Amino acid sequence: MSDGSFFQRDRGRHPPAYSAGYKSSILRSPTRAPISMDNTLSEMTGPVFGHHQLGPLDSDLILNFAKPGEMPVGQRIIVHGRVLDGNGRGVPDALLEVWQANAGGRYRHARETYLAALDPNFGGCGRVMTGEDGSYAIRTIKPGAYPWPNGPNDWRPAHIHFSVFGSGFAQRLITQMYFEGDPMIALCPIVRTIPTQEAIDSLTALYDPQATVPMDARAYRFDIVLRGRRSTLFENRMEGN
Amino acid sequence: MQRLPYLKESPSQTAGPYVHIGCTPNFCGINGVYDEDPGARMVDERTQGARITLSGVVYDGMDAPMKDVMVEIWQADAAGIYPGNDPRGNADPHFTGWGRKAGDYATGEWVFETIKPGRVPFKDGRMMAPHITLWIVARGINTGLHTRIYFPDEDAVNAEDPVLMRLEHKSRIPTLIAEKTGPGAYRFDVRLHGERETIFFDI
Ligand SMILES: [Fe+2]
Repeated sequence: MSDGSFFQRDRGRHPPAYSAGYKSSILRSPTRAPISMDNTLSEMTGPVFGHHQLGPLDSDLILNFAKPGEMPVGQRIIVHGRVLDGNGRGVPDALLEVWQANAGGRYRHARETYLAALDPNFGGCGRVMTGEDGSYAIRTIKPGAYPWPNGPNDWRPAHIHFSVFGSGFAQRLITQMYFEGDPMIALCPIVRTIPTQEAIDSLTALYDPQATVPMDARAYRFDIVLRGRRSTLFENRMEGN
Repeated sequence: MQRLPYLKESPSQTAGPYVHIGCTPNFCGINGVYDEDPGARMVDERTQGARITLSGVVYDGMDAPMKDVMVEIWQADAAGIYPGNDPRGNADPHFTGWGRKAGDYATGEWVFETIKPGRVPFKDGRMMAPHITLWIVARGINTGLHTRIYFPDEDAVNAEDPVLMRLEHKSRIPTLIAEKTGPGAYRFDVRLHGERETIFFDI
């Protein structure tokens, strides 16, 4: 329900708009500070999606683009976790959209220039909605690292992009998930836009042997936290209301 | 010392240049996974309200169009109710309120077919002027940018809009007001730098 405004966003936890190490941000960052505004209904409400709008293979990137009887190349993994709000409660019916490179680090995209091979059985997009307790799971191929034009020799760590809708448009978030133990994380200029190590660690999924399916797919655990809503303890009533 | 139990928000990361794969797969040639790109259609034949076309371009700090941008809008229906979870009641069932478009690969232009929203109350009950929330992501944008689109043919209500009224630098207000380019056609260009840098909100 949209009966409360959201906790103020902690800007010190997010990357600043301008991050000199990430060159694309230099011309794509506003130069003036964003203007603070208390939430109104326009920010407290948000689009509602239905589980019926999703297809049965939407959350299975191993099968949702593959030709019948075929499969993409690469390490089979499950990524699962919960979407929580700032109060620690699961966010039900949150829509998660994901995109990623294939096992070789190549995206299926017209602007992609990396020489690694496309996989005819891998599209790289998927989506899932959380259950009542905020939990979700997708099945996919572990993406490869890839080079990108920033410094002369910058490589992205293996990552999955996540787009997240909570219950209010103020919670709208796009982020990226990294994999525990990857030495490329600490070197990445995009990761390093994040101000603190603790916040970087919160985007690093942990290997989860308990959820691993024996002889089939390893599992990684990735929780996402959206802004929480204030509860109304003492209401500020206007005269006459 | 006790610790407060609140969790910290996951940090944002750029949507990157390949946002289309996950958000508008059909637009970027990945067909057959989703029937239709999410947010592609906001209205149908039975939607209430005045039809409008809303288009724009996001310009970077060198005034070059950002061709890899993705934008989303969120707005009330013609009666001023938000679809989905507005605590005041149900909106027009033929209106989604939410739209998503990728910038054109060649020009960076995005175009929404929608309706003009009704007025929505501010938290103290005063009515806000009709407006549409715009959210912008792209390569190089580390955290999605929120702004508002107001209408140029609503001078009287814009002048008493509680959000616009409390802006300190009145000279920047025109950056939040669309331009009328024809009957039912509005243009809202966004600039990230310069004299006419668009106002963004920390909401
Ligand atoms: Fe990526």
